[in-house]
Amino acid sequence: MTKMSINVDGKTHGIDADADMPLLYALRDDLGLRNPKFGCGLAQCGACTVLVDGEPVRSCITPVESVQGRKVVTLAGLGGGKAHKIQEAFIAEQVPQCGYCINGWVMSAAALLEKTPKPSDDQIKEALTGLKCRCATHISIMRAVKRAAQA
Amino acid sequence: MNHQINRRHFLAGAGALTVSVLMPGEKAKAWVPTEGTALRPKLDPKNLSSYISVNSDGTVVAYFGKMDMGQGTDVGVAQMVAEELDLSPEKVHVPMGDTATTVNQGGASGSTGVSHGGAALRNAAAEARLILSEMAAKSLGASPGDLVFNDGVISVKGQPDKKVTFGQIIGGRWFTAEVEWNGKFGNRLAVKGRAKLKDPKDYKVYGTSPPRRDVVGKVLGTQDFVTDIKLPGMLHGRSIFPPVAGAVPVKVDAASIANIPGAKVVHVKDFLGVVAPREWDAVKAARQLKVEWSKVKDPFVEQKDIYNHIRKAKVIKTGGAKKNAKDASVVEAAFKKAAKVIEATYEWPYQSHASMGPGCAVVDYQPNGITTLWTGSQKPHYGAEGVANILGLKQDLVRGIWVPGPGSYGRNDAGDASMIAAVMSKATGKPVRYQAMRHEASGWDPKSAASIHTVRAGLDKDNNVIAWHFHSKSFDRLNVASNESNPADNLAGQMLGVKPKPRKTYATPSESYKFPVKHQTWEVIAPMLEAVNPLRSSHLRDPLGPEIHFANESFIDEVAYATGMDPIEFRIKHAEHPRDKAILKAAAEKFGWKPHTKAQQKRNGDIANGYGVAYAQRNGTRVAIIAEVDVNLKTGKVWGKRFVVAHDCGVVINPQLLTQTIEGNIAQALSRATYEEVKFSKSNVTSVDWETYPILDIKDVPAKVECVLINRQEIGPTGAGEGSMRPVAGAIANAIYDATGIRIRQAPFTPERIKERMA
Repeated sequence: MTKMSINVDGKTHGIDADADMPLLYALRDDLGLRNPKFGCGLAQCGACTVLVDGEPVRSCITPVESVQGRKVVTLAGLGGGKAHKIQEAFIAEQVPQCGYCINGWVMSAAALLEKTPKPSDDQIKEALTGLKCRCATHISIMRAVKRAAQA
Repeated sequence: MNHQINRRHFLAGAGALTVSVLMPGEKAKAWVPTEGTALRPKLDPKNLSSYISVNSDGTVVAYFGKMDMGQGTDVGVAQMVAEELDLSPEKVHVPMGDTATTVNQGGASGSTGVSHGGAALRNAAAEARLILSEMAAKSLGASPGDLVFNDGVISVKGQPDKKVTFGQIIGGRWFTAEVEWNGKFGNRLAVKGRAKLKDPKDYKVYGTSPPRRDVVGKVLGTQDFVTDIKLPGMLHGRSIFPPVAGAVPVKVDAASIANIPGAKVVHVKDFLGVVAPREWDAVKAARQLKVEWSKVKDPFVEQKDIYNHIRKAKVIKTGGAKKNAKDASVVEAAFKKAAKVIEATYEWPYQSHASMGPGCAVVDYQPNGITTLWTGSQKPHYGAEGVANILGLKQDLVRGIWVPGPGSYGRNDAGDASMIAAVMSKATGKPVRYQAMRHEASGWDPKSAASIHTVRAGLDKDNNVIAWHFHSKSFDRLNVASNESNPADNLAGQMLGVKPKPRKTYATPSESYKFPVKHQTWEVIAPMLEAVNPLRSSHLRDPLGPEIHFANESFIDEVAYATGMDPIEFRIKHAEHPRDKAILKAAAEKFGWKPHTKAQQKRNGDIANGYGVAYAQRNGTRVAIIAEVDVNLKTGKVWGKRFVVAHDCGVVINPQLLTQTIEGNIAQALSRATYEEVKFSKSNVTSVDWETYPILDIKDVPAKVECVLINRQEIGPTGAGEGSMRPVAGAIANAIYDATGIRIRQAPFTPERIKERMA
């Protein structure tokens, strides 16, 4: 066990855990956050996605020690206490069905819009490729990202 | 709109265990395991109060014994109840899937959310309206016929000041009336009272699109899922399934996880798992535990031989629909008279539910037997019964609470998770949150089984179809039942030695094609492994629909072309039902279909472009789909570029949510048709993650999905959860033929398979 300090959604937390434990378990177990989800543990689906220094990262394979001194943002912290514009767009377009995959899509789209405020369809697909949605809401996802880009 | 983060709503509903008196509208927090101590009349299907109540503020509560997996079934139910009461749908609360507050309406099943589940609550609402009008008439000194209902206010016609609200009449108290119950639980539960339903010409709420109620919480990260339930003292559980299917643990070295804090082995008969206070420790312990497994013979044939295995395997049960042929001899006599017989065989692989997250459940078993299950399963009532059954408890001691889970699409691994968590909680004496790992979610969920379908048509000398025979051969559609209440149907139950009870049944195509002699039959074969089988079959969304109608609708196309007819024209000529003809016409018109009698094979460089149609019925709903595809002749990649869907499910309750449900069906069916195939070796399933079981990617998203919603107000809603999944694979296969002249008779339509056929 190693004593570490991580900054999540603007707050610093001390934790005592295996240094190589994936960040996901620190967020869920040690910090009691619930929104990052376990989907595969293999970085293949995106359900566990958080932003680390603004970049979408799969927390299920990211060792917790590697995010020390960096800024971790989760879905619940994305808009800093209110909904981020990508979240407003996902709500307006009624995107999620089961919703378990939502972290991957919202966090990756937020990171895309930060760098590319007016993405083309191909740029959206390029940024989101590899993410999984088993309910197959892809059509609504495309509508929502385009809506957020126009917001 | 600016949405503020607010966690209050989930705290109210996350299942705190305090016991208190239940008031109308209150959710999970109030529960007592014995009857009579709460003010609410007994939760009996004969009591009106089991379905509907009025809060003091005049809002109405409709207690829904199903659940919603994210398509807005609850919103549809709210609209059905609101319509009968002339109330705004926002004023109808719809708690769902809690065995303490709702009667068993079967969970999500067979697209019956509104057609059956909603219908019962609508009838209850009509009865409540009748009672409210009688009570209002008394208090206002008017006759019930002179009353006007307007958004929770009842007034005397022409005297708007003579009024009373729902809340004033009965708010905070319970209806004491009884309704006529048909004696059934589950999907087929039906109730009616004295009241007549509203005349369709007076509909105001149907046809509007109030939004979903779960979206804000899911998008802002404030909605708890079943995976997020935490209880004091809770342990995390992980299971350990055999490396060779059929093997059982013979030696378990508990010392091999001694270095992990609090980690313990749970080994009951052939069930093996681990628990630990911290989740990561449970994951590590499951990986680290040293187990010696029994030596068993490889259970499966090689995957490349699966269709031959099905072809040759002994038949254990036959069935089907004879339609207008009395028996097989009539059919064969008709084929003998034919001038020409056409025949084709179609093959469909094993497919997985592959839900976004592995199955999860939390079970809190107490020494006095009082037990709570939190489940993401689409059948929480049956799940609670199952927990009672595997723990040997009386049913009324176990409460099941549905919490949103990671997808479902039929009988996925959520039901297995409930019983595993129950076994672990009883063995440890602690609440246990069990979640499988990805390799178990994809490798060990119940599958839809591989199948072969042979279709024959006999033509006379003038190319008229005089004989038709559709025949399927496959594994049992329900080696484990979709109802999760029997340990025989669950992994944990089977590991504890309960023998499976296969249902030995299958299905036939649903359409209205009329031919002089038409026969639809099936044969079922035995599973390759009797119990604890990772290839055991059960329901996957639109059970057997995609494969059967892929075959049926591909063959309809083959016969149309063989008889020199356009595929739309052929279908309209032979589909007998006027509503079926109407959707085919509507789809063709919207698409801009150009009649043709052979593959058009349009080319643009390496891209071949074509379109195809397919149609099917599903429990009264009818759907015609035209797919347009691009086939890359170099890579073999098929892109489902455009879909036009003509959809008739009777009355349209919520057009927006119906449209999004259809879009999801199209995209998921596109995934199943072009990507999905469970892989296995002779010893086990080998598609165990998203690399080995790929699904649709955002790059494959269709450019356009257009829905034509045919609204038939005079016909009750017949359900939309699955109908538009059914014809997609057939429409794509027919479009591939139009584009390339190649008939693809084996799914999925992967680049490799297309290239192989083009070579």
